[in-house]
Amino acid sequence: MSYFSESLRQMFGAEPHKPSKEEISAEASEVHLHKKVNPFSRADFEAVYETHGNGGTKWRNRRWATLIAVNMLFVISYYFDIQILEGALTASRFVGFHMADLNSALQVMLAYKHLVLNLVIGTVTVFILWVLLGGRTFCSWVCPYHLISEWAEKLHLLLASRNLVTDHSFDRRVRSVLYLVFALLALVSGYTVFETVSPTGILSRALIYGPGIALIWVGLVLLVEIFYSRRAWCRYVCPIGVTYGVVGTLSPIRVKYNVKHCHHEGDCRKVCLVPHVLSMTIKGRATNFDMDIGADCTRCGMCVDICPTDSLDFVLGYGKKSQ
Amino acid sequence: MSERRTGKPAKRALSGKRKEQARREFLRTAAMATGMVGFSLLGFLPVVQGKSLHLRPPGAVKTVDDEQQFLASCIKCGQCVQVCPVEAIRLADLDQGFAVGTPYIDARAQACDFSCDGLQCVLACPTGSLNHDLDYPADTRMGFARLSRPGACLAIQGKGFRGQARGPDYRGVLRYDEIDRWNPIAVADHPYDLELCDLCVRQCPIEIRITQCAAKAAQKSDEKLARVAEQVGNECPPVHAIALEETQMPNGELRMAPVIKEGCVGCGVCEMICPPEPPAIVIDIDKITVLPVG
Repeated sequence: MSYFSESLRQMFGAEPHKPSKEEISAEASEVHLHKKVNPFSRADFEAVYETHGNGGTKWRNRRWATLIAVNMLFVISYYFDIQILEGALTASRFVGFHMADLNSALQVMLAYKHLVLNLVIGTVTVFILWVLLGGRTFCSWVCPYHLISEWAEKLHLLLASRNLVTDHSFDRRVRSVLYLVFALLALVSGYTVFETVSPTGILSRALIYGPGIALIWVGLVLLVEIFYSRRAWCRYVCPIGVTYGVVGTLSPIRVKYNVKHCHHEGDCRKVCLVPHVLSMTIKGRATNFDMDIGADCTRCGMCVDICPTDSLDFVLGYGKKSQ
Repeated sequence: MSERRTGKPAKRALSGKRKEQARREFLRTAAMATGMVGFSLLGFLPVVQGKSLHLRPPGAVKTVDDEQQFLASCIKCGQCVQVCPVEAIRLADLDQGFAVGTPYIDARAQACDFSCDGLQCVLACPTGSLNHDLDYPADTRMGFARLSRPGACLAIQGKGFRGQARGPDYRGVLRYDEIDRWNPIAVADHPYDLELCDLCVRQCPIEIRITQCAAKAAQKSDEKLARVAEQVGNECPPVHAIALEETQMPNGELRMAPVIKEGCVGCGVCEMICPPEPPAIVIDIDKITVLPVG
């Protein structure tokens, strides 16, 4: 299966493709066989954890700093009237250049049914920007809801570890269904229906223009995530993620997996927002020596931080080989 | 997907427990999706009830009783809010449903006095939700002023006005050309002393511009006008917006009263500056005059 089609399949909610023997390259088969013959011992795991500790926070720190910086740039641009980044995340001007959030622009175009040149310019600019930067990088490196949701997730996991809450999964295909429903609603009703409930827009505006009762809705979504379903909004609902995910299929910024030293202990999948993209890290699933993580990946780098064997890393380029 | 697997006889069937889990997940998912779409559609309520109708910034693409085009085209970014020198524009909250994040003006708190001259909000709008065809304040049609409480009108009572138009704590600002051409100042810092109250006429941005244009025309060719628009004179409003005129009262008496003319753009400055509380003059958003052919 090609990177492109498998990426889209997973993004729209299909379970990751389980490769047959014929699909696994000779190189990868050799590694799989080697690991089968020489299984990792408990001592091997311990030795690796010894040297790597419990995972770093390098990418998380960089990401949080970026996310906060971008959102604060909006705030201070308005507050101090320095006009560097005017507007909100739905649409803005960066030193005068139009930028439009792809999903908001799509909603407006579907509802309004006219195209205005400035919006086209803004949309194309942002499209190119996120092709270069990794598509769903928007989610984990820019979206303010992602950061708050990350903190809610920590609370959820803490409560779950004490058996106070359990994670209720939804069928991942629902995100694609909702995407279509919201697109159709915009087209048919003539209103940007999704914008009404988008925590990204609500939070961005609340940060810049001051809080309002719309924050109650964001709070409710967070409560659901803490007490009922881990990262529910980003995983099962948000159409913004799908829009940027599709853009990300074209992006050269990807997380790359190398099967050679991987212990298949699955730490990466445990921290991941979208663990289906890491299915190749399951023992025997890698079809190639080096593999690119699918486009539903938000490039948050949590797997890179936690991986005890350095089998995951950021890479620039399409299917570039390591070493 | 688990459901799909059960469809293929070659694969082993799911255990009863797994089946039950899959069934529950399906029900949960259906409920969540329905709830999500249902909740977002609640945003329709304030719109169909007309509760989301507001005085909008200049050039808003709407008709007097239908804001659908405006709500659809607005990308809810607030760039119009950011450029407004008098901070007249605010963003609607979630109680306005689909109108959440769209700009509106509460004229009594702070009206648009066009002190940006160039309609900055229109220029800032990235989606054309504020119509870019608009060039000058006089081209705008936001609403139409109405003398809603003639009995409260100081002019009709024959009274003058002395002091701060809206009291010492009022935070609204206006541009007073004769004091500072470029920066609006607090209305509270600009007390008046009027023999007969004519604040609504005196502060009307359209009337101010007409007066300026008349003054320039009187000077004529003596000095070179700075801007092309000034030379051509097309930023001069073609018709008056409001005037204080001798009017016959219901009891037959003749009194000076504000009379709204077809040049009124509905900016709301008259409603903002009117001293009585509540004001004697307000802006109706369900009435506008037809744009004069320019």
